[in-house]
Amino acid sequence: MDLRLENLSKRFGEQSAVEIPSLLIPHGEFFTFVGPSGSGKSTVLNLIAGLEEPTTGTLRLGDRLLNDRPPHRRDVAFVFQSYALYPHRTVFGNLAFPLELARLSRETIRQRVHEVASLLGLTPLLARRPRQLSGGERQRVALGRAIVRQPKLFLFDEPLSNLDAPLRAQMRKELKRLHQQLGTTFIYVTHDQEEALSLSDRIAVIQAGRIQQCGSPREIYDQPTNRFVASFFGSPPMNFLRAQLSRREDGAWVGFARRRLRIEGPQASPRAAEEVTLGIRPEHVHLSREPLAEAWEAQVSLVEPHGGQSYLELELDGSPFTAVERAEAGYQPGEKVWASLAADRLYIFNLQTGERLAL
Amino acid sequence: MGLMLSFALGPFVWELITALKPEGQLAQLPPLFPARPTAEHFIAVLGAPGFLRVALNSLVVASFTVLLAFVLGVPAAYALAKLNLRGRQVILGTLLCLSMFPAIANVAPLYLLFIRLGVRDSVLAVIVAHSVFALPFALWTLTNFFQEIPDDLYRAGRIDGCSHLGILRHVVLPLAAPGLVSVGLLVFIFSWNEFLYAFTLTATERSRTLPAAIALFAGLHEIPWGEIAAASVLATLPSVLLMLLFQRRIISGLTAGAVKG
Repeated sequence: MDLRLENLSKRFGEQSAVEIPSLLIPHGEFFTFVGPSGSGKSTVLNLIAGLEEPTTGTLRLGDRLLNDRPPHRRDVAFVFQSYALYPHRTVFGNLAFPLELARLSRETIRQRVHEVASLLGLTPLLARRPRQLSGGERQRVALGRAIVRQPKLFLFDEPLSNLDAPLRAQMRKELKRLHQQLGTTFIYVTHDQEEALSLSDRIAVIQAGRIQQCGSPREIYDQPTNRFVASFFGSPPMNFLRAQLSRREDGAWVGFARRRLRIEGPQASPRAAEEVTLGIRPEHVHLSREPLAEAWEAQVSLVEPHGGQSYLELELDGSPFTAVERAEAGYQPGEKVWASLAADRLYIFNLQTGERLAL
Repeated sequence: MGLMLSFALGPFVWELITALKPEGQLAQLPPLFPARPTAEHFIAVLGAPGFLRVALNSLVVASFTVLLAFVLGVPAAYALAKLNLRGRQVILGTLLCLSMFPAIANVAPLYLLFIRLGVRDSVLAVIVAHSVFALPFALWTLTNFFQEIPDDLYRAGRIDGCSHLGILRHVVLPLAAPGLVSVGLLVFIFSWNEFLYAFTLTATERSRTLPAAIALFAGLHEIPWGEIAAASVLATLPSVLLMLLFQRRIISGLTAGAVKG
């Protein structure tokens, strides 16, 4: 039961909200659409659910065309950010509702609701109403209402963003475990890059309604195709600097702030230097108190301790620059340091388009 | 508080006193309170030919006005609140204007219209006339109530397998119940108390409602203050009873729009 999107687009008036030329989500995958708010990721979910109609294109689940089916005949379940529990029904009533509408027998309904309730630890709460539940419990009821229908696809629209941090971490684990237990396709929407990286088998990074990159969390993090994807993932985020790229016979060099660093071996076809954006993740910056040959002199301006690590804000040739160091290093604001960059961890982007350059 | 209360309740209390005074003491003051309260006016009113008929008319008119407001108002309000209709704002604005229209402006045209249609002096005419005001009010208020229900609940309903009517039945109506009750009550009381149309559009006891009938109590030679007062008290009772009965629901209904549940 693979989900296949072809030429899918959605316009609101003149404005194009989503355009996906082609996307295949194999059965059983945990697939995440991640992007900033307003990027169109929720619209994609609504299109799959049938809550909105595509302007063009087709949606197929297995060999069935979904386009003409109303939401409840698509074999999808939806978990909403606001949980969307029916306030006037008990937990049992909420879980039973989709089954009642499907006209299942009373006995079947009772049995399935109890199964799901025990899976999610909701059994003692079945007689309560949503307003008597905590946020985490509501979240579980919303999950239960999705599971009880035994759908082919689970759709999640930012399901964890209304929870506080510790609960969110716990629910994240529960979701992942649930996915392993059920083996069904999960399609998940979030604006939280950390959530996307930790949960997903595959991620589609979406911006302005278009998929910027689609791949495994490792690919997305290590091989971003453009500056947007590179900047979206990672905490603290990647550093970007304006630099000169020169390809000479003895190698490719990047230079900024009056120093150069060789990043590649000898070049076959030397070219004129060009202006580029240089990207480096804070964890690939190494600091030293001693002057080093291929390092940049900088000053520590801010120290932000994060337990075992500290985020250090540096001033490097007048620009802010972030590095991550072990907390024991004990750098203090105002201190002079030398920052060296891991040459094999540098990313070079086209200055105008933001596309990553292959060297 | 006391001042406001006496201001609001004063006339009613005075009326009650008048209704209970024996005929001979009606124009005397003092005594403020009748020495021996009497039920004679109430008995006279209830025994008067046609009073029960008129009361029944009032009940029928008010009930059907409420029914009509719900049957037409609920689906329309749902459509206005949750289906992205073109011109929604214009429709809502027009409705608000309509419900603020002074009644007197419509009386003459409606009167002529009903004569043409040959339905003057019928309960139907009064119901229609009341609906001219009740419906926009109900529609506007219900639309606001329905809008308060979060969009995700509608979407959840659709995913779970509801048609639009199903969502209305299983999700919207149970959640908007306090709102429905208060709209129903306000429409009922409006229709029960309404005087101008009831007076203009009716000619006989066939269709006359209580407020119109009370105004016509005045005889040729004397004004029976006692009976008028007794009838007024009787006419007020249903409104007061309904209010007391549903007081808590009305209050929660009227504030449901202000505070997010």
